[in-house]
Amino acid sequence: MAHGPAKGFTRWLYTTNHKDIGSMYLWFSFAMFFLGGFFALVIRAELFQPGLQIVEPNFFNQMTTMHGLVMVFGAVMPAFVGLANWMVPMMIGAPDMALPRMNNWSFWILPFAFAMLASTLFMEGGAPNFGWTFYAPLSTTYAPASVTFFIFAVHIMGASSIMGAINIIATILNMRAPGMTLMKMPLFVWTWLITAYLLIAVMPVLAGVVTMMLMDIHFGTSFFDAAGGGDPVLFQHVFWFFGHPEVYIMILPAFGVVSAIIPTFARKPLFGYSSMVYATASIAFLSFIVWAHHMFTVGMPLFGELVFMYATMLIAIPTGVKVFNWVTTMFKGSMTFETPMLFSIAFVILFTIGGFSGLMLAIAPADFQYHDTYFVVAHFHYVLVPGAIFSITAAVYYWLPKWSGNMYDETMGKAHFWLAFIGLNVTFFPMHFSGLAGMPRRIPDYNPLWADWNMISSVGAFLFGAAQLLFLFIVIRTIIGGKKATAEVWEGSHGLEWTVPSPAPYHTFSTPPEVK
Amino acid sequence: MEQKQEFETYYVPEQSKLPIFASLGLFLTVFGLGNWLNEMSAEKEGSGVTVFLLGFVVLAAVLFTWFSKAIDENIKGLNSVQLKRSYVWGMGWFIFSEVMFFAAFFGALWYLRNISLPHLGEGPTSELLWNDFKADWPLMTTPDMALNGEAAAITGPEATMGNPGFSKWLTWLPFINTAILISSSVTVHWAHTALKKDNKKAFNFWLGFTVLLGFIFLCVQVYEYKHAYTDLGLTLNAGVYGTTFFMLTGFHGLHVTMGTFMLFVQWLRSVTKGHFSHSDCFGFEASSWYWHFVDVVWVGLFIFVYILG
Repeated sequence: MAHGPAKGFTRWLYTTNHKDIGSMYLWFSFAMFFLGGFFALVIRAELFQPGLQIVEPNFFNQMTTMHGLVMVFGAVMPAFVGLANWMVPMMIGAPDMALPRMNNWSFWILPFAFAMLASTLFMEGGAPNFGWTFYAPLSTTYAPASVTFFIFAVHIMGASSIMGAINIIATILNMRAPGMTLMKMPLFVWTWLITAYLLIAVMPVLAGVVTMMLMDIHFGTSFFDAAGGGDPVLFQHVFWFFGHPEVYIMILPAFGVVSAIIPTFARKPLFGYSSMVYATASIAFLSFIVWAHHMFTVGMPLFGELVFMYATMLIAIPTGVKVFNWVTTMFKGSMTFETPMLFSIAFVILFTIGGFSGLMLAIAPADFQYHDTYFVVAHFHYVLVPGAIFSITAAVYYWLPKWSGNMYDETMGKAHFWLAFIGLNVTFFPMHFSGLAGMPRRIPDYNPLWADWNMISSVGAFLFGAAQLLFLFIVIRTIIGGKKATAEVWEGSHGLEWTVPSPAPYHTFSTPPEVK
Repeated sequence: MEQKQEFETYYVPEQSKLPIFASLGLFLTVFGLGNWLNEMSAEKEGSGVTVFLLGFVVLAAVLFTWFSKAIDENIKGLNSVQLKRSYVWGMGWFIFSEVMFFAAFFGALWYLRNISLPHLGEGPTSELLWNDFKADWPLMTTPDMALNGEAAAITGPEATMGNPGFSKWLTWLPFINTAILISSSVTVHWAHTALKKDNKKAFNFWLGFTVLLGFIFLCVQVYEYKHAYTDLGLTLNAGVYGTTFFMLTGFHGLHVTMGTFMLFVQWLRSVTKGHFSHSDCFGFEASSWYWHFVDVVWVGLFIFVYILG
């Protein structure tokens, strides 16, 4: 083979190799996962009991804001980009990403952006405290001075996302091995192609909305100020036009991961491949016309409520197609339950629960009761934690032997799964109840009425956090040593990535493989 | 890229210092800018502007090196057909991202004009909160003025940039600017046609002419802004009309500046270094696509901000 990696730490600074960059994305995301998790535990510690025990209300607000921002932009999105970097070129038989230097730029912007965002915690006036959705005028008129750095952090991480997405699209459309037609691509590649399209379509809108904030704050414009003829609700429209597709940016690659893992361990081809592709495209399309379901209580006309309600419910159809396809793939398969499969099955079940609570929230009249309660918190944590996070975890267990050349310890992997599974349900399931009982989001102190459910949630959160420490331990131990993995790794694995040795050589497919 | 080996049909990229330094430059730019803006708003002295300028110089130097290297690699023949196609995809999707950026601002204009402003001017919102404020477009009397009269902080403009009536279009600056910009899209196309016939002389002429038209457009725009600020009381602070007018035309102006600069660089490359031939002109083509894109945005602006404004 060609030359291997360069020596020394500058390998990582100057690299143009998709595997190096993929690893950096994954480690960065892992670090951010622990940082965001730490913020979450501060929140749960404060909410363990009613009353103010540990933190000031303003600091509590900074924690909810930073937890959301770090998890969405720092943990979930970079993790999927890392997986794309590692796997997309190997899955389509390409030697590397299409634009390798820009690839490294996309990554290295992120540590700077998040250093700047995290540094706001130590600034005068504190970190952003207006929630991760940063509604105006909380984020403009009443914002701490650090909001300026928040805005610029969003700008540069958006630039990073756009460059990353352009790279992924160019790679998929231009670098496929001969014979790798579009409809032969693994579903992970398909879901990333569509995700990248969503990123390019909506990250500029996010850049636009934070620019409007910047102008309102520093240059006296009136976008979100009614005194000048503007409207704070405009902020919500523009934000959610970005925000709703963003939700699918965080879940479509997860669909791809699960669609790779379930067929392997069910030892059957994926049921309904083409319907999966079309369902993904439909979800992406619908994501552009449902944004106002986040704003049912803001005072929209009845017609608007109805349009957004029905459009939202339509999403259940392509999503249902996917869930039935995964279940049908498992039906009559000769299944085994290794750790990646356990996480994937949990994904299918728990993500469906999150989807159903989403349907409840989509019913506009019912949403007037649920809006801004812990029911919403329960809903989106059920789609993000067992959705995005579990699929990333499953992906790590599934492909780690390919990346490191070593098998992880199956017993420890299963222990991690059960701890995480129990921890997450103990944390988030009670939130449905406290939410239906009326507990509002983003409050540091609450009515003792909700005390029991909150105490259970907090215990679950610390269990879930501890489970992730075990995960870190397992990953490091596997990288250091362990049973050697074969090229196929898994008995039922299919696809180009399993045709190269484990660990995958530094350069794969420098001559294109033949795809039949 | 020197490390390309015989048995590899794809190119294997070598390591590069460019991305990390570009990230550093970008970080210093925005970090300095953030400090500078916060210092300005708090009316304090600080180092923000220095850090900003330093970052900008670093970023510009890295990007200059980066583009030079990319051009150099192309001239040395290191770029495969496939890589060239990747560059084309990259530019195409970048322009799409710019389209979406403008879509956010056009969408904001539409929403303010057609939904939120009429709502402010009717029913109990108007009667109880804003002292019978009446909404019209362009917004000359802001809700703040309706409520606070002389004491209002946000005062509307005395006159607008709106349509003066079809008979006066020939002396209406936005119309003249429209003519200039559309002509420049035609001249850049002529430059392209000339290049396809390898007529470098005509190419250089028409490309230079396009750059000149872009420059004139910007001068007219600066003149118009000055006029708005000094004579019309039309400023960023003049309520949503001023807000949307300056933000839409301002971001467009920034993109024209960028596009003119890009075309100017291509012109310099062609005139001083003899770059570009009919089969090898991606730098020029990408810049010209960008130029057509800013032209189309202007047509949107001309219709929605000026004629219907």
